[in-house]
Amino acid sequence: MKRRDFIQQASVGTALVTLSGLGLQSFSNAATSKKITILHTNDVHSHIDPFGSDDARNANKGGVARRASLIEFIRNENPNTLLLDAGDIFQGTPYFNYYGGELEFKLMSKLKYDAATIGNHDFDNGIDGLYAQLEHAEFQFVSANYDFSNTIMDTHTKPYKIFKKDGLKIGVFGLGIELHGLVDPAMFKETKYLDPIEIAQDMSRILKTEKQCDLIICLSHLGYNYRNNPNKISDLKLGEATKNIDLIIGGHTHTFLSKPTIVKNIEGKNMLVNQVGCYGINLGKIDFYFDSNKNMSANGTSIIV
Amino acid sequence: MRLTHLIFLLYFFSLFNCKQTNLGLTKIEGKQIQITDTLPIDSKIESYIKPFRDHIQKDLDSVLAYSPNSYSKSNGSFNTAIGNFMADAIYSEANPVFKSRTGKDIDMVLLNLGGIRSILPKGNITKRTAYKIMPFENSIVVVALKGNQVDSLVNYLCRVKRAHPIAKLKLTINENDKIVEAKIKGKDIELDKVYYVATNDYLYSGGDNMSFFKPNDSLYVLNYKVRNALIDNFKKVDTINPVIDDRFIQIK
Repeated sequence: MKRRDFIQQASVGTALVTLSGLGLQSFSNAATSKKITILHTNDVHSHIDPFGSDDARNANKGGVARRASLIEFIRNENPNTLLLDAGDIFQGTPYFNYYGGELEFKLMSKLKYDAATIGNHDFDNGIDGLYAQLEHAEFQFVSANYDFSNTIMDTHTKPYKIFKKDGLKIGVFGLGIELHGLVDPAMFKETKYLDPIEIAQDMSRILKTEKQCDLIICLSHLGYNYRNNPNKISDLKLGEATKNIDLIIGGHTHTFLSKPTIVKNIEGKNMLVNQVGCYGINLGKIDFYFDSNKNMSANGTSIIV
Repeated sequence: MRLTHLIFLLYFFSLFNCKQTNLGLTKIEGKQIQITDTLPIDSKIESYIKPFRDHIQKDLDSVLAYSPNSYSKSNGSFNTAIGNFMADAIYSEANPVFKSRTGKDIDMVLLNLGGIRSILPKGNITKRTAYKIMPFENSIVVVALKGNQVDSLVNYLCRVKRAHPIAKLKLTINENDKIVEAKIKGKDIELDKVYYVATNDYLYSGGDNMSFFKPNDSLYVLNYKVRNALIDNFKKVDTINPVIDDRFIQIK
C-alpha cells in the first residue's frame, strides 16, 4: 500500500510539472500566435524519378524521394502542416503505363498527403481506372463540382474536408475542369460538371458560416488564366468572383509563377492564387499566421510573397 | 488526492483563459521551393520505388525483335524505311481490330513524319525502342472519308512533299509536283466512295495542318495506342526489314 501511495504521489508530481508546462505553452501559443503551413504540388504527371542529368530543361530536378525529405524537414519545423495536390497525378512516365497510377497513390500516401483533387488526366485509364487505384490512396479526394452520383466513383470523393490543426479549422474543397472537349466521354462516362463559381460560392459559405473554418482553401484544376479565352473560368477569375477563400491552389496549365499571385476578391479583400508548374519540380509553401485580433494591423492581413 | 483536483482546476482555468483570446489571420507568407539534387534522398521512399523501377527497366529492355540496320526518318525524300515500316505495322495490327468491330477493312494509313521521335537503331529492339520512337500516348482512329476528301489528303501530301508515313496508298508526282498516279490498294480513287483511313487522334484533330479529316462520315476510336501497335508488331517478327519503296515518289 505504501508503495502504491508513493507511486501515485510521484505520478501526480510528474503530472503537475507536465501540466503546468503544457498549460503555459498552450497559453502563450494562444495568446500570441499560431502558424499553419500549407504545402502543395500539382500536375506531377507520374514523375516519380528525378529528371536525368541529360534533360534539356529540367536536369536533376524533381523526384519523389527528395520531395519526401523536404516535406519531412518542414513538418519537423511545423507539425501543423497540410500537404495537398491539385490534380493530374497520372500520365507522363512509364510508371503510369505499367502500374496505372498505383505507385503514384502509394507514394503520396507514404508522403502523407492530406487531400487531392481530380485532374483531367486522372481519367486517362477511364473512370474505372481511377476507381481501381483508390484502394492505394490513404488521402481524401475532394471534388465539389464533379457529380459522380451515376458513376463508380460515387461516395468515393467528398466536396470538402475540414482539417483541425492546433485548434484551427481548415476547410479544403476541390474543383475540376470541364471534361467535355478535353477527355473522351467514354472515359469520364456520366460524370457531370457543375459550374465552378456557383459551387465555390456554396462551398465558401458552408465552410465559413456553417462550419466556422478559420482558413478556406480551394484545390483547383481549372487552370491559372486563359489570356486568349477571357470567358473561360480560371483560378484568377474564380478568386475575383468569390469571397472567403484564402488560397486557391491551382493546376492544369503547368504555370510556373515567380511568386503567388495576390487577387482582390469580390469584397475587395486580398487572397492568394498559386501554382507550382508541373512534374514535381517545385513544392509550394504558404504559411498562415494567426494572432490575437488586437495585434492585427489596421490593414488586416499582411501578405508577403 | 486533493492535489489532483487542484491540478484539474488549474488546467481548466488556464484552458478557459486561453479560449478568451480570439485569433485572426494576420500574416501570409508564400514561396516555392525547388526540388533539386542538393536535397537528401529519403532512403525509405527510394527503396520502396526501386522494385517498381527495376521491373519497368527490365521489361523495357526485354528483346522483342532484331533490327539489321539503323533507320532514320531523314533517310529518304518522299518515303522512308522507318516510316513505311510504321505505317505498315499500324495497318497490319489495327486492321484485324477494326474488321472485328465493323466488318470493314482499313483502306489506307496516314501518320506524320514529325511523329517519329527517334531513330530505329541497329541491334535488339526492345519496348524502350518503341517508347523512344513513339513517346506520346496517341491512339489509332479510323476515319470514314469520301473520295473527294481523300483527294484533299492526296493534294496535301503532294503540296508539303514530306515523307509522311503512308500504307496502301500509292502516289506518284512529276517534276512539276503534279499527280501522275494516286491509287488506294491498287485502284483509282472514286470520288463518291467511302474510304476508311487509319491515323492517330493527334492528326485527326488537325495536327500538322491536316484539316481534311473533318467533317467526315464517321469516326471509329479503336482505343489502341500507336506505340502498343508497334510493340505488338515487333513481337510477331524476328528480324524487321524496313525498306524505302515506290509508295510515294517523284519522277523526273
